[in-house]
Amino acid sequence: MAAAPKSNDVKTEARPLEAAAIAKDVLFTAILAFIILGPILGLKTFAISGSLALEQRWGLVAVFAAIAAAGRLAYHLLVWQKPQARPSKAASASFLPAISFGKYLVPVVLILAIALPFLPGVDRRVVDLAILILTYIMLGWGLNIVVGLAGLLDLGYVAFYAVGAYAYALLATIYLPAWFGDGIVPWAFFITLPIAGILAALWGVILGFPVLRLRGDYLAIVTLAFGEIVRVILINWSDFTGGPAGIGGIPRPSFFGLPFTDGEGGFAAFFGLDFKPIHRIIFLYYVILVLALLTNFVTMRLRRLPVGRAWEALREDEIACRSLGINTTSTKLTAFAIGAMFAGFAGSFFATRQGFVSPESFVFLESFIILAVVVLGGLGSQIGVVIAAIVIIGAFEVFRELNFLKAVMPAGFDPVQYRMLAVGAALVLIMRWKPRGFVTRREPSVVLKEKKAISTDLVAEGHG
Amino acid sequence: MAASGQDALLRVEHLSMRFGGLTAIGDLSFTAARNDITAIIGPNGAGKTTVFNCLTGFYKPTEGSVILTHEDGKQFLLERMDDFRISQQAKVARTFQNIRLFAGMTVLENLMVAQHNTLMRASGFTVTGIFNSPTYARANREAIEFSEHWLEKAGLVDRADDAAGELPYGDQRRLEIARAMCTKPVLLCLDEPAAGLNPRESEDLNGLLLNIRNEQKIAILLIEHDMSVVMGISDHIVVLDYGVKISDGSPAEIRSDPAVIRAYLGVEDEEEAEVVVERAVAAVAKKPAGKKVAAKKPPARKKGGRK
Ligand SMILES: Nc1ncnc2c1ncn2[C@@H]1O[C@H](COP(=O)(O)OP(=O)(O)OP(=O)(O)O)[C@@H](O)[C@H]1O
Ligand SMILES: [Mg+2]
Repeated sequence: MAAAPKSNDVKTEARPLEAAAIAKDVLFTAILAFIILGPILGLKTFAISGSLALEQRWGLVAVFAAIAAAGRLAYHLLVWQKPQARPSKAASASFLPAISFGKYLVPVVLILAIALPFLPGVDRRVVDLAILILTYIMLGWGLNIVVGLAGLLDLGYVAFYAVGAYAYALLATIYLPAWFGDGIVPWAFFITLPIAGILAALWGVILGFPVLRLRGDYLAIVTLAFGEIVRVILINWSDFTGGPAGIGGIPRPSFFGLPFTDGEGGFAAFFGLDFKPIHRIIFLYYVILVLALLTNFVTMRLRRLPVGRAWEALREDEIACRSLGINTTSTKLTAFAIGAMFAGFAGSFFATRQGFVSPESFVFLESFIILAVVVLGGLGSQIGVVIAAIVIIGAFEVFRELNFLKAVMPAGFDPVQYRMLAVGAALVLIMRWKPRGFVTRREPSVVLKEKKAISTDLVAEGHG
Repeated sequence: MAASGQDALLRVEHLSMRFGGLTAIGDLSFTAARNDITAIIGPNGAGKTTVFNCLTGFYKPTEGSVILTHEDGKQFLLERMDDFRISQQAKVARTFQNIRLFAGMTVLENLMVAQHNTLMRASGFTVTGIFNSPTYARANREAIEFSEHWLEKAGLVDRADDAAGELPYGDQRRLEIARAMCTKPVLLCLDEPAAGLNPRESEDLNGLLLNIRNEQKIAILLIEHDMSVVMGISDHIVVLDYGVKISDGSPAEIRSDPAVIRAYLGVEDEEEAEVVVERAVAAVAKKPAGKKVAAKKPPARKKGGRK
């Protein structure tokens, strides 16, 4: 080796630990595991005729200690030498996929997405799944503005999704018919969509104000609480929101006034087609596709505008921003508002697709999944969100399909029950392997001579 | 050539800044003239950066006022303004002692962010900009040209599309100055721009700063430990120690004793410097030239005048 080892870097040098050292370390792991697990697994209390008795299970502890030791051994043999292979910051930039890769990927994916409902072998189930994935892509792109660009960690994003959904549900079932008569109902979706977006944006600003001065963990906690507050209000304000029972009978979307019904005046009759229920599904698919593409287009455009650059600058260094005359208050508020607006759009789409909304749909888990989509994709990356949404939502669905496991595993085993566990484990593994998400390059928003991708190792994650 | 009276660009009057029991600045008054490079020097912890933070709104001073007068006679009371408004309206730009670039953005993007307010107006606060209105397209082009202009001055054109965080240290320092200049300031505040530069880079920096003063007609407020920079280019020097002004005048006045010249331009040894400083008419920074990165050991201080 030509390079002299750095003084405090010896462990990561290409010097595998000798067998004796490994054996010692593995033994130590086993002992440590035994000590830690002893009280947890080794002693079990149970009630016997009104008093507590202790059952000792040292054999079980030994089994688990052995598993820990085996894992440690595997770690030594398989992983330990790896760090020296890790490229330096500068070097990793050159390993980034060329930007031209994206040039071909994007049109191909786009054409596939447009043609999807008519591809052979694509049935209702597939289109339904595609709609679900597109909804999460749209939500991911919306949240990407707040978390990925502006660097503001928002754990309550689902609140804006809820605002959009309830805005459509309430307007379409109660207020629009009351104000303008029943004739308006087929148009309700298109009328309400902008209103839902504006309302959600307004809530974005309402959330934005109190959290302006908060950073990092504190911001995350308050946004988390905000998400819960909105849900609790939806549950408890029964007169207005229908309470836990939610709102049903929400008008389904029409094809610009033509309902998807059998017979006279329906979509199928108007175009001389045979009536099929899938027409509505396909229409919904295109609605969400257009909405998602709109979100993407607007975000890409905003990135090239001063407001988008200010968001990214805010993520990089808030103090420097202020020294350059950027009003960080309004910059943060616009990020919250525009991110929330897209969630509002997605929310009204959700309401019209389901025909039913209830607070059940807007739990923290949803916020978490959307955030996971953004983080896993690579903060700030648009294409990363697409990949991550397909991976995560796809993984959930795959678990529904694993029925053959039921045959192999003991009775009562239901793979669906394990999906959160598996997805959680997958997230941990992916973050271990790719800590900055799938896409680890940032595209510059403006170019003087030659476009070069920036390694996200250099990009700040934001601090609130 | 301390500017007197109303003609001054910047008037600092009885400025005090206290942090709990610690008086970082005590009753400081000085002026900075238009088209001058005014240096603020003093040993570590003298309160120089705190003065900048008060001028640029990052700290609200405990007492005193800071008045900036534009050429058209418009006055700004900086101590009452928000930090971002000071840059936006009063046109005071600054750099930071520990460089604050947008590391994950390209060099060009850094300069474009600095032109945020101009571009924001041109983009109709995003509403028309999103449709790429002709006004915005033109403003955007002009902003890129203006950035390129400053990249040339800072010698960074070749690195325009690289991430700012990838640049070597000296380039980052110059980029931060170029970025501050892209806000089109009337007063540029530089906090130790020569720190960590090698002698050649330091020489280039002098050229850049003189160019900013002579060609752009922009006043500079300069904090610096490197005496070759301070003595070489400043028109007026204010010396701080423990937050109190101990000397104020032209470089010639500050170093009226020839021994001071030796002390700040050549003496390597702190002991010797202390002796020299004791003999000096005005005591200035205790850091010998050539030792530019902030030293952790307590700086030599002159005797007397301590609380
Ligand atoms: N926010 C703060 N809170 C408390 N004390 C502070 C704060 N900012 C500065 N100080 C104190 O004020 C004094 C002056 O600090 P300042 O950073 O202005 O020194 P300086 O002259 O810039 O020194 P250096 O040459 O090391 O940069 C120091 O004692 C410092 O600890
Ligand atoms: Mg300082």
